[in-house]
Amino acid sequence: MDINELIRLSLRALIANKLRSVLTTLGIIIGVFAIILLVSLGSGLQKYITAQISSLGSNLIFVIPGAPGGARSPGGIVANKLLLSDAQTLSFRLKNIADVAPVIQQAATVKYKNKTDKGVSVAGSTYNYNQLLNIPIEKGISFTKAQEQSGAKVVIVGQTLVTKLFDGGDPIGKSIIVGNSRFTIIGILAKRGSVFGIDEDNTIGMPITIAQREFGINNVNVIYLSAKSPDLIPTVMDQATRILLRRLSADDFNLQTQDTALSTINNVTNILSIALGGIASIALLVGGIGVANIMLVSVTERTKEIGLRKALGAKRKDILLQFLLEAVMLSVGGGLVGIILGLGASLIIAKIFVSQVTPWSIFLAFSFSVAVGVIFGMAPAIKASKLSPIEALHYE
Amino acid sequence: MASKKPIISLTEIKKDYQTGDVTTQVLKGISLSIYPGDFVAITGPSGSGKSTLMNIVGVLDTPTHGKYILNGSDITDLSEDELADVRNREIGFVFQSFNLLSRASALENVCLPAIYAGTSSKDREEKAMQLLTKVGLAERVHNKPNQLSGGQQQRVAIARALMNNPEIILADEPTGNLDTKSGDDVMNILKELNKNGKTIILITHEHDIAKQAKKIIHIKDGLIIN
Repeated sequence: MDINELIRLSLRALIANKLRSVLTTLGIIIGVFAIILLVSLGSGLQKYITAQISSLGSNLIFVIPGAPGGARSPGGIVANKLLLSDAQTLSFRLKNIADVAPVIQQAATVKYKNKTDKGVSVAGSTYNYNQLLNIPIEKGISFTKAQEQSGAKVVIVGQTLVTKLFDGGDPIGKSIIVGNSRFTIIGILAKRGSVFGIDEDNTIGMPITIAQREFGINNVNVIYLSAKSPDLIPTVMDQATRILLRRLSADDFNLQTQDTALSTINNVTNILSIALGGIASIALLVGGIGVANIMLVSVTERTKEIGLRKALGAKRKDILLQFLLEAVMLSVGGGLVGIILGLGASLIIAKIFVSQVTPWSIFLAFSFSVAVGVIFGMAPAIKASKLSPIEALHYE
Repeated sequence: MASKKPIISLTEIKKDYQTGDVTTQVLKGISLSIYPGDFVAITGPSGSGKSTLMNIVGVLDTPTHGKYILNGSDITDLSEDELADVRNREIGFVFQSFNLLSRASALENVCLPAIYAGTSSKDREEKAMQLLTKVGLAERVHNKPNQLSGGQQQRVAIARALMNNPEIILADEPTGNLDTKSGDDVMNILKELNKNGKTIILITHEHDIAKQAKKIIHIKDGLIIN
């Protein structure tokens, strides 16, 4: 029996039970749809984070508190021993660096007249911070080195703050209250958007000296170093480690580059993608069980047809292929519809959130749906092929 | 007749059925020969074993004991798929309840045995058209079984039985579901086929039908009694 004949036969049987076929296919559609969509979300997230890290200034090295490899002290809190003086030492001693920017981060409430913006992320840093990290200023200026050293009470603000406190009006020159003190706005940051509900524009930047005084802290959260060229990154890391070890122990800090940060994050997002894909695969598995179920019903219903076919000369293989092909067509049909829907949804989501369609997820989803058809169609097809022609013919 | 080789030769055929611990012997040693061109009616009361005999003769079932030579070859030890091949090539079935595929047209139903024989679609459709014309259904080739009368359905079934040009036509109560007029039509077609050289084996419990055959074999309690 040739394949065209088989396809025609299986199609006809599926069309004869339209509603049933559609409902069975639905299980597969949902499974494949979920795989495509969730994997797209995972890789969209990865792409977004990669872009974020890459958009930071070039040849960056981050000095962060805590042991290398993320080991934590009991209780999960990193004892932060990095000080502003460490940044000054590095800046003074390192020869192959273009710039150093220590940063302290705090959350604060910001007020202007009767308006309040809570949970604003405050970054205290040096005058070169925006340039080093590639965060453009849209309007106004950043503070100067002199302002940084004297601890001038000036801030640059994010767009969310401008909207919330000034209804979008021009805030430059106005004074706002951060914590307990009054600061003058001298610049507005370019819009950066938000990711995962964290608004990256609800932020202000100020000189690190005044930030330390204002929040009563001596530690810094991160020290950014920029090497003069990519080739010098290893040398700078080496030298920086040696310099820091004079005051600190090896467990107190670790150095990361954009590359190491990226690979750490990629590990996390890869695990996330696999986990999401795995969850979606369960949906597909359930869809496959639906296919097996409906094929078993179909074999029972068509016992007499199977008996007749066998009486007229159908071999086991002919019957097996006929029913197997029906199962595969159900699952592949569902797979194709699922892929189309998944692609559509991913493209729509890409416009409002992060999402990136990956060819391998389409390939994976498609081969999964074929495999589901074959695996779950096999048992009913074998059952059909083993029916004895006389018993099947006399089945009522 | 005696000089010709039998097309079907059964020797001491026995068939046992096992139900739990009880073994029932349905056929108790049947030997018979059917020659090319015969028109044999196998008849007997229900429970006599004639259906079991017809299943064995039609290669749908295998005997527990005995030897079956069909068209010169011993088929007793063939595999399931080889038996399917024998049915496909050597035997044309006509059933009491027609057994047509309800979703397929008359033409497609007639084509069915040729699909399993591997005939090309062009050849089998040509042949099916000829056969349907021969049984008087040229106008009805695209009708589904439920658009045909019982008599017409049985004529489609006869056309299907002839599709692979088998030597033997095995008809199991072919008139059982038909009115007298349609039954006569079917019997006339079978007689016509026999006249043209086909070997016809007819299973029936109706005396009127059986006596239209050239030879009657009576079965009772698993044995031939004439």
